[in-house]
Amino acid sequence: MKRVYVDEKWCLGCHLCEYYCAFANSGRSSMVKALKNRKIHPRIRIEGDNQISFAVSCRHCTDPICVKSCIAGALSVEEGVVRIDEEKCVGCETCVLVCPYGALMPSESGVMQKCELCIENAGGKPACVAGCPNKAIIFEERA
Amino acid sequence: MPIDFLYPEYEVVRDASRCIACRACERQCSNEVHAFDEELECMVSDESRCVNCHRCVSICPTRALKIVKTDHTFRENANWTGDTIRELYRQAGSGGVLLSSMGNPKPLPVYWDRLLLNASQVTNPSIDPLREPMETKTFLGKKPTKIERDEDGRIKTELTPQLELSTPILFSAMSYGSISYNAHESLARAAEALGIYYNTGEGGLHQDFYKYGANTIVQVASGRFGVHKDYLSAGAAIEIKMGQGAKPGIGGHLPGTKIVGDVSRTRMIPEGSDAISPAPHHDIYSIEDLRQLVFSLKEASGYKKPVIVKIAAVHNVAAIASGIARSGADIIAIDGFRGGTGAAPTRIRDNVGIPIELALAAVDQRLRDEGIRNTVSLVVGGSVRSSADVVKAIALGADACYIGTAALLALGCHLCRSCQTGKCNWGIATQRPDLVKRLNPDIGMRRLVNLVNAWTHEIKEIMGGMGINSIEALRGNRLMLRGVGLTEKELEILGVKHAGE
Repeated sequence: MKRVYVDEKWCLGCHLCEYYCAFANSGRSSMVKALKNRKIHPRIRIEGDNQISFAVSCRHCTDPICVKSCIAGALSVEEGVVRIDEEKCVGCETCVLVCPYGALMPSESGVMQKCELCIENAGGKPACVAGCPNKAIIFEERA
Repeated sequence: MPIDFLYPEYEVVRDASRCIACRACERQCSNEVHAFDEELECMVSDESRCVNCHRCVSICPTRALKIVKTDHTFRENANWTGDTIRELYRQAGSGGVLLSSMGNPKPLPVYWDRLLLNASQVTNPSIDPLREPMETKTFLGKKPTKIERDEDGRIKTELTPQLELSTPILFSAMSYGSISYNAHESLARAAEALGIYYNTGEGGLHQDFYKYGANTIVQVASGRFGVHKDYLSAGAAIEIKMGQGAKPGIGGHLPGTKIVGDVSRTRMIPEGSDAISPAPHHDIYSIEDLRQLVFSLKEASGYKKPVIVKIAAVHNVAAIASGIARSGADIIAIDGFRGGTGAAPTRIRDNVGIPIELALAAVDQRLRDEGIRNTVSLVVGGSVRSSADVVKAIALGADACYIGTAALLALGCHLCRSCQTGKCNWGIATQRPDLVKRLNPDIGMRRLVNLVNAWTHEIKEIMGGMGINSIEALRGNRLMLRGVGLTEKELEILGVKHAGE
């Protein structure tokens, strides 16, 4: 299955992936309309400093501990992609506690959100990958 | 605070209705032009630091930025232009020699643009390169004067060492130190993929790049940095750098701040020490001396590699080239006055040397007149900007072209001409690790390969239009050129007729 991988060697820490992510998940037609004068809630986050940085988002684990921990059955695996049903989420934040990558976080509405590989938006091609100026985020199949 | 005589040259124009304050411009500008003002809750800029490199413009996700030349003006006149006044104020403030980088920006004649190419009509058919073979392969090195046969009458096919190029283009010398590790890796990998060559420049060859040796020209310059036996053996050819088009007659100076880590190891000089290349080679004061170095290098590398001698195009270039041809060199490289540099004194860059087009025509003619044109190949550089320039250079008599500035542009350079500051936002002319990593060689190499492939396609199209199917048949074919708006004297030196003749 194709996953998002990051290469810290080429990450510039420009944070553009966060903005492309927030835009892609906004449902708006332009980045300006979507993000102007707003605090963004991206599903990918840059960690590190100016010397070493990298983007962190859901790893789509083969045996995801977040899915097991979800008390509301909001998290599930569909064709390898860990998905969240925001209608079912009760906001208990157990998944936030158990995820070793910090890949889930509260959304603007209070329920949890996570990277779903842009399958519902951006034409199925992760927006962070398309927007990275230095090929530091890659979408590919690895053994 | 002293009076600031200089108004910023560029202004940063930010479209407030588009800016989403993502601060990417702030994070990506090594000159610290952009900042987020917490009080005003918006991005602000200090345009006095802007060098107009377009890094911020290129990465802004909402295209909210543009840079414009300021319309603020001095009381200019035709004699005292704004640039002249500005430079004078800078010198009065600093007391120093003005430094610049990249090539001569002055509005001196560009002869490439005054030469027009021929095409076939009616009586001689043009060739469609998509349907018929078109040869761009080029060999550089000495060519035999006559056919020789052994005692059984078979033709002797042994030649002195040659460089084989898939297309008549090479990446010119840019040292590791003046440009970054990632820039070198991009050039080396692109040269390998294209079947051409890149040139180490005078900074030695990084250990990691010995594996690209078959596509590397190693340079020996007056500072002899990083030169040892393995280095000489590593490349496909050895180039002796006598001069550089951007700064003929003077040496180089890489400041100690850039001699860090691998650059220091590769150059074989201590960290933090200035790398000073003397103006002359201190062991070369005559053609005979040059001959000694040519043969020392051949001896050291087992006579397996052609030796290139690179000179700047200066007034007596034809006579100098004739001497070089007799020194045993296999290839002469000539760098015109518009050639690039990582740093040169502004006055030298803008006032010394001659145009490559005239130098090339003069050298080619001189070597032909003396009957020694076949003993050397000619490679020219110094602002070859497009495939059309390559075709015109070959028609004027060149065997191949060096491209430096064009290659850097492909890697992202925006010709801001501030390489000497070492803060290149595009990761090219810098050694700062956080900036160097901005140039991902996977991307850089692909862009270089694209550029040279595109030029090669165009060269084939142009040659086809002229009814010529190989570089060999185009070389020195000055009948394919016509001048426009040139004087009798210029036409005479170029050896071409005026359009209409």
